[in-house]
Amino acid sequence: MNIIITIAVTALVVLYAGLFKAKKALLPLTLLGLLVSLGFAICSWNQPTVHFGMMQIDNFALAFAGISIIGTFLIFLLTQRYFAENSPNVAEYFTLILFALCGIVIMVSYKNLSMLFIGVEIMSVCLYILAGIRKLNFASNEASLKYFLMGAFSTGFLLFGIALIYGATGSFDIDVIQNVLVNNVSNVSPLFYPGIILMMVGLCFKVGAAPFHFWTPDVYEGAPSLITAFMSTVVKTAGFAAFLRLFAGAFEPLHDFWMPALMVIVIITLCLGNITALYQKNFKRMLAYSSISHAGYLLFSLVVLTASSASNVLVYAAAYTFASIVAFAVLINVKQKTGSDDIESFNGLAKRNPLAALALTIAMLSLAGIPLTAGFIGKYVMFLNVLENYQIILVVIAILNALVGFYYYFRVIIAVYFKEGKEIELDTPMQYKVVLVVSTIVILLLGVYPSLILNLI
Amino acid sequence: MELLILIFLPLVGAIATALFAKQNTAKVAALAFSIFSLAVAIGLLCKFTPDASTQFSVNYQWIRQLGINFHVGIDGISMITVLLTNVLTPLIILASYKHEYKNANAFYALILFMQAGLLLVFTALDAFLFYIGWEAALIPIYFICATWGGKDRIKVNMKFFVYTIAGSLFMLLGIIYLYLQNPANNFELAEFYKLELDSTQQGWIFWAFFIAFAIKMPIFPFHTWQPDTYTTAPTPGTMLLSGIMLKMGIYGVIRWLLPVVPHGVQDWSCVVMLLAVIGVVYAAIIAFMQKDAKRLVAYSSISHVGLIAAGIFTLSHQGLQGSMVQMLSHGINVIGLFFVLDIVQSRLGTNKVDELGGLAKVAPQLAITFLIILLGTVALPGTNGFIGEFLLLMSVYNYHAWLGAVAGLTIIFGAVYMFRSYQKIMLGETNALTASFKDINGTEKVVLYTICALIIVIGVYPKPLLQISDASVQHLLEQINHKLTGVN
Repeated sequence: MNIIITIAVTALVVLYAGLFKAKKALLPLTLLGLLVSLGFAICSWNQPTVHFGMMQIDNFALAFAGISIIGTFLIFLLTQRYFAENSPNVAEYFTLILFALCGIVIMVSYKNLSMLFIGVEIMSVCLYILAGIRKLNFASNEASLKYFLMGAFSTGFLLFGIALIYGATGSFDIDVIQNVLVNNVSNVSPLFYPGIILMMVGLCFKVGAAPFHFWTPDVYEGAPSLITAFMSTVVKTAGFAAFLRLFAGAFEPLHDFWMPALMVIVIITLCLGNITALYQKNFKRMLAYSSISHAGYLLFSLVVLTASSASNVLVYAAAYTFASIVAFAVLINVKQKTGSDDIESFNGLAKRNPLAALALTIAMLSLAGIPLTAGFIGKYVMFLNVLENYQIILVVIAILNALVGFYYYFRVIIAVYFKEGKEIELDTPMQYKVVLVVSTIVILLLGVYPSLILNLI
Repeated sequence: MELLILIFLPLVGAIATALFAKQNTAKVAALAFSIFSLAVAIGLLCKFTPDASTQFSVNYQWIRQLGINFHVGIDGISMITVLLTNVLTPLIILASYKHEYKNANAFYALILFMQAGLLLVFTALDAFLFYIGWEAALIPIYFICATWGGKDRIKVNMKFFVYTIAGSLFMLLGIIYLYLQNPANNFELAEFYKLELDSTQQGWIFWAFFIAFAIKMPIFPFHTWQPDTYTTAPTPGTMLLSGIMLKMGIYGVIRWLLPVVPHGVQDWSCVVMLLAVIGVVYAAIIAFMQKDAKRLVAYSSISHVGLIAAGIFTLSHQGLQGSMVQMLSHGINVIGLFFVLDIVQSRLGTNKVDELGGLAKVAPQLAITFLIILLGTVALPGTNGFIGEFLLLMSVYNYHAWLGAVAGLTIIFGAVYMFRSYQKIMLGETNALTASFKDINGTEKVVLYTICALIIVIGVYPKPLLQISDASVQHLLEQINHKLTGVN
C-alpha cells in the first residue's frame, strides 16, 4: 500500500512542481519517489498483507512491482533532454507516467476483479494521453487514437468477462472464484466459460498477443520513443503479471478448458511476431513485432502451469525489460543525431560510439537468447517448463521462431559493426551512459548467475 | 584448480587484451597469454596419468535451482583436444603476426575468448556447461569472420551462424529432454550415462545431437556453409574454424553421443557411415575441380573429417583411436596449409592455382615446408597423417569391406588433388607475378618449422600420443558395450 501511496504522492508533487516552473526539480523528485517506493517494496518482502480484501501484497506482487519500478526508474533517467525537446509541459509527462505506474502496481497486486479493472484503466488512460502527447505530430495523434479505440474495446471485453464471471460465482474476489471452481469443477455455471474467454481476449489485447496485436506496431511507432519504451517493457510486464495472477491462480482448475485456446494464441503470436519482424526496416517497428513474439514466449508459462510459472515469467520479463531499455536508449540517442529510426541509421555506430554499440549488441544477443545473457536463461526456463509436460511440438515451433529471431536481431548487430555509414558522433549524456552500463551489467549478471532471480517468488 | 586456471586464463587474457592493449601491443599480449596457457596445458600433461579416470576435476554448484554445476575434468580423450587447442592457438596468433588488423585488441581478444569457450567444451562434464561452451565458442568466431573477413562476409557468415545455431538449439532440446529423464535432476555426464532410454527415445536424442555435431564438422549434406565461410574468413579465423572448432563436433560425438544413446547410434550408424563416406568421396571430387587453393583445402577438410566420422561410428577401438590422432594431425596440417596459402595470398594477392607457378625456385624454404605439410595431409607413412588415416581406414574396412574400399579412395584422391595443386603453385617456371616472390622469414619460419617438426615427430613416434587416450577409449567402448548388451 505504501508503494502506491508514495508513487501517487510523488506524481502530485511533481505536478505542482511543474506548475511553479521548477523544471530542474522534476527529475530528482521523481527519482527520489521511485527509490522510496522501491525501498518500501524491499522492506515488505516476505510479509504478505491483504488490504481491505482488495489488494494482496505478496512476494509475487512485490517482485513484479519492483521490476516495474526499476524499469520506470531507468526510463526516467533517459528523460533528461528528451521531453524538453518534445513538449513545453514536461511535468505532465512525469505525472502521467507515475500515475500509470500506480495503475501497474494495482494490476500486479489485485485480489478483486474490480481492482484489476481499475488498475488497467488507470494505466491505460495515462497511456492514451502519453501516446498522443506530441500534439502537432500526425503519427503521434494516430497512435493515440488507435490505442484509445482498441484499448476501449479490449477493456469492454475485460469488463464483460468480469460481469459474466460474477454472474457465475457471485463474487469478484479471485480466491472465492477459485474456491467455487475447485469445489464444483465438473458443474460450473455455463456463464463462466464465455467469461474466461472474454477476459483472455481482453488481457491478450493488453499484452499485445496475436491475433489481438494490430494496434501494437502503429502505436509503438507513432508514440514518442520513450513512451514506447515504457509501454513495451513496464506495461507489458504488468500485463503478464495480471494475466498470471488470474489464470494461474483463480482459473487454474479450468486449465484444460482454456489451455487449447491459449496454445493457439501462443503459436500464432510467435510465428506472426517473428516472421513480420523479419521484414521491418524501421527499428521501432521491428522492436514492436519482436515484443509480440516475446509475448508468445511469455505465454508459455501459462500453457503449462507449474510451480515455477510465475518465477519464469519474472526472469523472462526482467531479461526482456533491461534489453529493451538499452535498445530504446540507443535508438533515442541515435535519432537525435540522424533524425531517423530505421535500422540503417545504426550503420557504422561502432566506429565512433563503441559503448553504445557494445551495449546494443549485448541487448540484441540477449533478446535473441544467446547463452551467458539473461535472455537465454529466460528462454531456457520457458522451454524447460514446456518440455516437462511433453509439449515437444510447441518447443520445436519455438525453436524455429528463435532461429528467425536470430536473423533479425543480428541485422541490427550487422548494421552496427559491419556496415559502413555516416560516422555519426553521438553526444551521449551521462545518464544515458549510466543506463546503458547498468542495464548491460544486469543482463550479463543474470545470464551468468541467474540464481539471483530464479525462484525468487 | 589447475584446470580452472587453464579455462579462465584465456578469458582473463581476452578481457585484458580488449581493455588495456594498444593496436601494436595486442598481438604480443595475446601471444603471451596463449603461450602461458600452453605451458599450463603442458603442466597438466606432465601430471596426467594415462588411465581411464577423469582427472583434475573441479565441481562447483553454479545454478542451484536448475541443477546446473560447473563440473569440468580431463580424461585421455579430453587431453588430446585440450592439447590441440593450446598448441594451435599460439601458432594461429603467431601466424597472424605479419598482418595489421584494424582494432587489433578486439581481434585478439575474440581469439582468446574463443579459446576459453573451446576449452570449456572439451573439459565440460555437465551437459549445460557443454552447451554454454559450445555457444561461447561460436559468438567470437562469428564476429572474427564477419568483421575482418573478405568479400560477402556478412551474408556468408549469417548463413554459417544460423546453420550452426539451428543445430545447437536442437541439441539443447535433446539436453533438456535428457535432464528431464534424469532422476538425479542434474546435467551430469555420469548420470546421463546411466539413463536407460528405449530405442525410440534414443533415436530422437541421437538425431537432436547428431545434427548439431554434423553441422559443426561438417558431414555431408550439412556442409554447405563451410567452403564459403572458410574462404571469406580472415586466415586466423579459417584456422580456428578448421583446426580446432570442427573438432568440437567430433569430440561431441565421442563424449556425448556414443555413450549416452548407444542404441540410437547402433540403429543409425549405417546411415551416418554412408553419409560420411559419400562426403569423403564427394568433397574429394569437388576439391579436385577447385581453381582457388583455399577452397580446395576447405573441401579436402570435409573429405578428411568424413573419414574421421566414419571411423568413430564403427565403434571400434582402432576407429576411435584413429580419430583421436587424426583430430590432432588434421588440426596441425590444415592450419599449416592455410598458413602457406595465406603467405602466398598476402604477397601475390591471389590463391588461384592457375595464376601461380615456380615458387619453389624463388622460395625454396616455403616449398620444402609446404611439401612436408602436404605429405602429412596425404598421409604418407612417416608423417602424422599416416597413423590416423591407417587406423581409421582399417576400422571402416572391418566394419564393411566395400565401404572401406570406397573410403580408401580418399587417400588416392587426396594425393592427386594435393600434388596437382603443389605442382601448379610451386613447380614449373616463374611467371611475371611470381618472379619477385620473397621466401619466408621471421615469424613465418617459426610457425612453419614448428608445424613441420610436429608432423614428423608425431609421424615417426606416435606411441606417447596414442597412449594418452588409449585407456579412456577402451573404457568408453566397454561402457558402450555394457549398455548395448545390458538392456534392450
